Amino acid sequence: MSGDHGHHPEAPSGFEARTLALESLLVEKGLIASAAVDQVVAAFEQDIGPMRGARAVARAWVDPEFKKRLVNNPAQALAEIGIMGYGVEQLVVVENTPSVRNVIVCTLCSCYPYSVLGLPPTWYKSAPYRSRVVLEPRAVLSEMGLELPDNVDLRVWDSSADLRYMVLPERPRGTEGMSEERLAALVTRDCMIGVADPAVPAAVR
Amino acid sequence: MDVDRRVADLEGLPRKNGELVFETPWQSRAFGMAVVLNERGTYVWNEFRGRLVAEIARDPECEYYGSWLAALEGVLLDQGVLTAEELDRRRGEYARQERDEVF
Repeated sequence: MSGDHGHHPEAPSGFEARTLALESLLVEKGLIASAAVDQVVAAFEQDIGPMRGARAVARAWVDPEFKKRLVNNPAQALAEIGIMGYGVEQLVVVENTPSVRNVIVCTLCSCYPYSVLGLPPTWYKSAPYRSRVVLEPRAVLSEMGLELPDNVDLRVWDSSADLRYMVLPERPRGTEGMSEERLAALVTRDCMIGVADPAVPAAVR
Repeated sequence: MDVDRRVADLEGLPRKNGELVFETPWQSRAFGMAVVLNERGTYVWNEFRGRLVAEIARDPECEYYGSWLAALEGVLLDQGVLTAEELDRRRGEYARQERDEVF
């Protein structure tokens, strides 16, 4: 990563030294391959991202039968569109309607639907979000730019090791006739966490 | 993304753009190792998660991936995959720059 012979110009920090020690020992013991760690990091940084979830949401918007399956049996529905792997089995999809809004959190640590949303944003892991969204969800959402009418039922879902939630947002008005691919582009990570609405195309705003 | 900035401005939240996934390479290595070991079945994810919850509660000021790393070390020591002695020795070798880095 630096230097002519791989030597750092400065001594590694405490966390760096600990991580290097751990990785080198695990490699020596044959428990991990550094290339496998590279792959995981790359996948979470680039490939998985929130686009897998967005693809599922867009399909649900255009196919009511798929939407039913996505809510009733997420693992099976996701497998239909080629989304499989770690964490899918624990996924619960909660659907927004005109009268019900959902938002997800993990109050204890940072459980997150990695399999469909990639890695959580920094704020999701922060102590203020984790505690405040349970105590005063409307205030938190308002600070994040999402104002909800009083008559909307706001539900907060606390993730656990066994259950990871993903919000299925409502299809925005004015998107009739849009292709699945264009619809998927409206679905952001934040609207699948439940703290934002899908992006509305400028033409229909 | 605007919403990230608005959230990042909430009182007490780290003033970082939420889009940033890993701030340093060691964070990504710590993350990747935990996922790979879990996929291999070296430990059960629940054990790791339990440790992570405990580490965050024990030291709420610690940076997130610092707690993550401590949880990972703890699970591997518990399982006897590593010994505290070899981990200490190896850390010292890296800290004193007696070894090349691996990432």
